[in-house]
Amino acid sequence: MSMETRRIRKVLSGNHAASYAVKLANVDVIPIYPITPQTTIVEKIVDFVENNEMKAEVIHADSEHSAMAAAIGASASGARVYTATSSHGLLYMYEMIWWAANARLPIVAGFVTRSIGPPWNIWSDHNDYLTLRDSGWIMFFASSAQEVFDMTLQAFKVAENPRVRLPVGVAWDGFQISHSFEPVELLRQEEVDAFLPDPRDIKPLLNVDEPISIGNLPIATDNMMFRESIWRSMERARDYIKDVMNEYRALSRRNYGYLIEEYKAMDAETIFITMGAISGDAKIAVDKLRENGERVGLARIRVIRPMPVTDLVRLGRIANNIVVIDRNVSMGLGGILAREIKSIFYDFYVETPTYGFITGLAGTEVSPEDYIKIYRMVLDGEVEPSTNIWYYHGGVMK
Amino acid sequence: MNPEEILYPISKPSKGSSGPTWMWRFTKPVIYIDKCTKCGLCWVYCPEATINILENGFPKIDYEYCKGCGICDNVCPVDAIEMVNEYGD
Ligand code: SF4
Ligand code: SF4
Repeated sequence: MSMETRRIRKVLSGNHAASYAVKLANVDVIPIYPITPQTTIVEKIVDFVENNEMKAEVIHADSEHSAMAAAIGASASGARVYTATSSHGLLYMYEMIWWAANARLPIVAGFVTRSIGPPWNIWSDHNDYLTLRDSGWIMFFASSAQEVFDMTLQAFKVAENPRVRLPVGVAWDGFQISHSFEPVELLRQEEVDAFLPDPRDIKPLLNVDEPISIGNLPIATDNMMFRESIWRSMERARDYIKDVMNEYRALSRRNYGYLIEEYKAMDAETIFITMGAISGDAKIAVDKLRENGERVGLARIRVIRPMPVTDLVRLGRIANNIVVIDRNVSMGLGGILAREIKSIFYDFYVETPTYGFITGLAGTEVSPEDYIKIYRMVLDGEVEPSTNIWYYHGGVMK
Repeated sequence: MNPEEILYPISKPSKGSSGPTWMWRFTKPVIYIDKCTKCGLCWVYCPEATINILENGFPKIDYEYCKGCGICDNVCPVDAIEMVNEYGD
């Protein structure tokens, strides 16, 4: 390989990995509003634009609601659009989040997860991002800076596919990923240009020569048909996401699996199901337990909408125990992932005992030792299969 | 519904796409032509596209679809539009 064709490796935070992906994707419009821990993404993008390394329109909006509204307007005109937010910013943006999906706009957004106050807290849990789960957004979840970079590029390709045409969110944990630095290999500009569709091929909804209104009052049946159309696109997206990830895998030579990343799950009797940064600790725990002959494995959810139904059912059929680690809680119901996985199991007659642990909320520590303790609790019969076992770092059950 | 087709919630602008919107109205815009400067702002802003510009350059309101929102009254820079109560006090 000559010098010119070598890929660049940089030491980047998760947030800056996203900024580089946005730059390489030649995004046209980036409406922004700052919020911790998201802010450094857009700070870096503004640097690129100010230094003429990137040609894009940055819109300094007066709130997250306005930022997403501007993203909607720009995307409707056929621009490639990116924005990012966290926690309270996401909630403030929430009305426009639904608008973007219902208007079928291929916006890509970064969601750096952070718990919701009060009390005030800037550390990660996943409840903010999971509020998107009924909205029609395709939802990716990364667990390293490299994966943030890779998924952000894949997100544009998925969103803009004319058979999908839905916004795509890419989430990663606040601070643990967003502000941790690790080596990230960037694709070269020519590689990204060849991988992504030409942004000029995005079918604009708005066209000055043929004026239309978006979102006018339809009859109720038509309105319901719009919802069904989103449903069908989401179902189609499941296969298309796999195609895109496959193509990207051949290009980048990095393999994370598809909707789910499996780690030593094939012959496992107990399988942890996790999402996001705390999956790394689970891998260490799996290795330690395996050293002692325990048949344990891990499945990390990378795409939560569309839900990886067949993967989960297959894992449920392999294992004797499923242990779901929820860094979130649906008040009055249980851990969201555990509840959803149990309902999928029910549909497919999977009767594997499924234990849902709620842990790591508000950024609390979840260490490899915690996974080992959780494993022991399940195998020693200390807990019943339930979706709301509250577990605090160190094995404390308050 | 063709399952492969993506439905976009878009519509072509047409008068009365939301039905006979005059029924929504309880105050009615009246244009005082002697004050009007033909600037066209009311035509631009009317959300129902019920204001037409006549050949002589003056605006004319189609009261079949005018919903009485009063935006034209608000944007007219010379106060040539007044909202009058249609149903008496
Ligand atoms: S009142 Fe509203 S709907 Fe009627 S003409 Fe004026 S702007 Fe148009
Ligand atoms: S805004 Fe007022 S001055 Fe301008 S065209 Fe309309 S009525 Fe006339």
